Amino acid sequence: MSARLNRFFASRWGIIAAGAAIGLLAALLQRLGNPPNMGICVACFERDIAGALGLHRAATVQYIRPEIIALVLGSMVAALLCGEFRPRGGSAPVVRFVLGAVAMVGSLAFLGCPWRALLRLAGGDLNAIFGLAGLAVGIAIGVWFLRAGYSLGRSTKTAAVAGWAMPALMIGLLLLAVLRPQFTKDGPIFLSSSGPGSLHAPLLISLAVGLAIGFVAQRTRFCTMGAIRDAILMRDTRLLSGVAALVVTAFVANLAFGQVKVGLAGQPIAHSSYLWNVLGMVLAGLAFALAGGCPGRQLFLSGEGDGDAAIFVLGMITGAAFAHNLGLAASPDKVVEGVVQVGGLSAAGMWAVALGLVVCLAIGFGMREKQWSVEA
Amino acid sequence: MTMATVVDARGFSCPQPVILVQRAMAAGRYPIEVLVDSGAARDNVTRMAERAGCRVQCEAAGDGFKLTLSK
Repeated sequence: MSARLNRFFASRWGIIAAGAAIGLLAALLQRLGNPPNMGICVACFERDIAGALGLHRAATVQYIRPEIIALVLGSMVAALLCGEFRPRGGSAPVVRFVLGAVAMVGSLAFLGCPWRALLRLAGGDLNAIFGLAGLAVGIAIGVWFLRAGYSLGRSTKTAAVAGWAMPALMIGLLLLAVLRPQFTKDGPIFLSSSGPGSLHAPLLISLAVGLAIGFVAQRTRFCTMGAIRDAILMRDTRLLSGVAALVVTAFVANLAFGQVKVGLAGQPIAHSSYLWNVLGMVLAGLAFALAGGCPGRQLFLSGEGDGDAAIFVLGMITGAAFAHNLGLAASPDKVVEGVVQVGGLSAAGMWAVALGLVVCLAIGFGMREKQWSVEA
Repeated sequence: MTMATVVDARGFSCPQPVILVQRAMAAGRYPIEVLVDSGAARDNVTRMAERAGCRVQCEAAGDGFKLTLSK
């Protein structure tokens, strides 16, 4: 790829273009059928995939989301074209798996990944402010650990087949999405007939949008966690300008599509239990910071051959299955005969968030390494 | 001949390469040679060092890059 284009992608304008593209395309996906304020949500969509495969049986959130598949494959194409496809792995894989699982528990306590938090804000859901505040706090705690010498250790170059594992899995999922086989009577592949899982844009459009975003995000290293982390850690606001562009563009597009409804209670697929909106995202933000990327970024890294990021993704999918099987995921607000019933977490869900925070703190303190210092 | 400070950040994912280089810059023994193996680490270290007023030279080295930071 031309050096000029690469320079553009690495610049502030490049990341602004990436953020704006994600914001616009997410609003468009919602317009074309994806769930409200959920044009793209990496956590929700991985959860839907877990459901479609029968890993959990929450009947309203089961669909093989083509966006997830395409985000990985789009990043893979960009990495291959630019000589950045590097099979690698071996940096504390089991820790990354656990971080992925607890990050999902936190995300499902809030009901969304950072992308969806931004998209919810752009749709007028003010609960997102609580979630984003929690996210920033979680990442700030992660930055403290980074400054204290936290490290998951070096990854090493590995065989090509390890790098291709995640793209290959995604192609397998794509085949399942297209062929929709039924493996056993009344068994998976499940596809929701009601609820968020039943709401989706046409498959080819979802794929095309995902490929485009995956490509641009790989080139620009778009990352919502990195945006807040870099601003705190080194006063670098490059990634943050991409995040701002996402919100502004999605808001303008939502206005144009009539998709803005400002308020707190009764927002779509959201709850107004403020404390748990904050704490859920504190947990998610800390887990993302300790793992080195938001759920979107982990998908893009897995597309460039990073097996450690792939394990984080598999941890998230597993975490989603547990969250729904054990009733840890939040229930959205319901409007019954014009009266809002506030949703939120079950007692088990609250304990799970607390336990997740303990797990993250144990990892943060336990993985500090003094040996990585400078050789003179 | 002065010895260069060497920071081997290969295998680390961001922001760790940046943190390691910041520590080396704080020690102040230039030039600082930084070994990285990903484009993201190369871009991030370069951007941070240039903002801190360093000159950064980049060359291919093995499977990755060698960045030479000087004041």
